[in-house]
Amino acid sequence: MPQLVLTETWYLVLAAMLFAIGATGLLIRRNVLVMFMCVELMLNAVNLSFVAFARSLDDVGGQAVVFFVLVVAAAEVVVGLGIIVAIMRRRPGATADDISLMRG
Amino acid sequence: MRVEMFTFLVAGAIVLGGALGVVLLRNPVHNALSLVATLFGVAVLFVAQEAYFLAAIQVIVYAGAIVILFLFVIMLLGVDRVESTERDPLPAQRIIGVLAGLGIGVLSIVILVAGGGDTTGKKSATAALSDQAPDIERLGKVLFTDYVFAFEVTAVLLTVAVVGAVVLSRRPTGDPIDLDEFPDGPAVEHVAMFPDPDDLDDLADLDLDADALAAAGDDAAGDDDSVSADDAAQSADAEVSR
Repeated sequence: MPQLVLTETWYLVLAAMLFAIGATGLLIRRNVLVMFMCVELMLNAVNLSFVAFARSLDDVGGQAVVFFVLVVAAAEVVVGLGIIVAIMRRRPGATADDISLMRG
Repeated sequence: MRVEMFTFLVAGAIVLGGALGVVLLRNPVHNALSLVATLFGVAVLFVAQEAYFLAAIQVIVYAGAIVILFLFVIMLLGVDRVESTERDPLPAQRIIGVLAGLGIGVLSIVILVAGGGDTTGKKSATAALSDQAPDIERLGKVLFTDYVFAFEVTAVLLTVAVVGAVVLSRRPTGDPIDLDEFPDGPAVEHVAMFPDPDDLDDLADLDLDADALAAAGDDAAGDDDSVSADDAAQSADAEVSR
């Protein structure tokens, strides 16, 4: 029986699958909140691959970048949820398809 | 090695299952809870790769703050709405979305597997990870020397985000958007997940006492009166303040 060795390729494949699921959700869901959660999934996939690269290259830089991605994700969620609340207050029950006033 | 593989497989299954739950479940609260599962699985994978500090802030910041914020907003906006899937504003949007997602996933996996297990690039360009110093010390040293400018910019970004959140969540001064602006109605019809029992048509079919029904009707009428009186008082107040 061949011994399977856990290399960073396994982590990268898992991150790719997580990213693909997040991208699919962003494309097929209409609820703005769930679309935001899918963006979080994609950010987490990228974080996972950064940590995998940090270990395989023996470099702290990858982990520092994950730290910054976390901060940017937090700021993005705060502003995004503020925008969603502002929209919902004026138009209850709006989905992503309803927010098309600036459509070209 | 066997323990590492076992940890990876279990955590990976939790990560992917949670991600599928976020995408496929209908109720936004269930989506948020699936997101927690995914974030915990990613934190376990961080621990497996010796990024202990990142695992800790992953749990504290993501699961502890961001998901709670999501749940707050879900509860604030009401959870009793589900997306209807009957009509697509864009034709075949779901099919194209699933195909695009599959394409992204399959292509990147093929590239990764074909590329083999060797990572190209200079080793330890910033600082060595295999240093004897503790995890937080290594990260902190890099953060305040090589990445200090990015760190300062991050502080500015957080300040902007806080100010933006305060400005956005103030009470709007304008009138609510008129439905006349949208003569075609909303792009997607909403269906109530838990319909109001008063709105059900089959209520009349129930074997209810006529007196009880009449009493209920009187109560409802009384409630309506008080509500409209409140509204009138509020609008009068608004007039005075203007």
